[in-house]
Amino acid sequence: MILLYVATLALFLLSLAADRGKTVKALRAGTRMFLNLLPSLLAILILVAAVLTPLGPETIRGWLGAESGPIAYVIAAAVGSVALIPGPAAYPMAGMLIDSGVGYPVIAVFITTLMMVGIVTLPLERRFFGTRVAVARNALSLIGALVIGLTMASVWSLL
Amino acid sequence: MSSYLARHRIDLMIIVLFGLVFVLSFVFGWEGGQRAAASFRDFALEMIVVLPVIFLLIGLVDAWMPNEVVARHTGDGSGWKSSLWMILFAMLQVGPLYGAFPVAGLMWRKGTSPRNIFIYLGAFSTLKLPMIGFEVGFLGLKFTLLRAALAVPVFLVMAIVMDKAFGKTFVVNDMAASRPRDSAPATHRPPNPTAG
Repeated sequence: MILLYVATLALFLLSLAADRGKTVKALRAGTRMFLNLLPSLLAILILVAAVLTPLGPETIRGWLGAESGPIAYVIAAAVGSVALIPGPAAYPMAGMLIDSGVGYPVIAVFITTLMMVGIVTLPLERRFFGTRVAVARNALSLIGALVIGLTMASVWSLL
Repeated sequence: MSSYLARHRIDLMIIVLFGLVFVLSFVFGWEGGQRAAASFRDFALEMIVVLPVIFLLIGLVDAWMPNEVVARHTGDGSGWKSSLWMILFAMLQVGPLYGAFPVAGLMWRKGTSPRNIFIYLGAFSTLKLPMIGFEVGFLGLKFTLLRAALAVPVFLVMAIVMDKAFGKTFVVNDMAASRPRDSAPATHRPPNPTAG
């Protein structure tokens, strides 16, 4: 993170030294893209916060821990696809789930869908790639996450 | 400015409406609203820490990196070695997946092939090094290595399928078009030079 800041700042200063006009134009283009993305992003984050907060980490833990067998995978995939949890919060939660007895393959499905599938950010993704591509990418990612989980389930004990 | 407000009016209405609800829930001590406001703050922090830097970087790369170089190394017919570079590049990234979409837009404008863009998105969402660090810490090395090893073939196959299905018509909207497209030809990727 700090690396990203330092590298970007260095590039920016370098660019400024090399060509002032070009840098100002680059800065303007970046700002314009950011400002165009900001309203829909904020709106989505607000809706997610408003709708999903009542479901808090406790509830999600309850759901994922309650079932075992095939249903556990389905629940993990569904929750992971819908939830929007920043990585730094998701991994401790996954660790707690393991401690409370949830299997590693189910966690793999949960983590993978959490990272690859974004149902709530679909309106945003649509604006970049179009509806068909966005939906297909999410659907394939969901299938992929289940493949990862099921493969993990079959090889985990062999390793 | 007024066109900006008009174009984003629904989103802005949601923001203002819920902003009011959040404020009122503190005034009247409504706990549900306060909790929602708190988790919105967490999301917003995650976003505001990463996104401005990413967009500054996109602007700089857009201005300095010659399209021709990007197209030659990561474009159509650049082979699987270029895919390896896409994966390594994605691993060095930070932030949520929606931060990768504008980067994908930049790549597309510069001539990166659809397959490589999908590989980038796959690697971004499953192999980011900062994430891997967290994952090893909380879930152990065995889990992390196995999940990562399984994720690679999954997103490679996905990229091939997506390329087969959508590669011909693939377009990324760059979000920079605050003016109509035709008055901003510089942001247009030339798909076929003959069309002028």
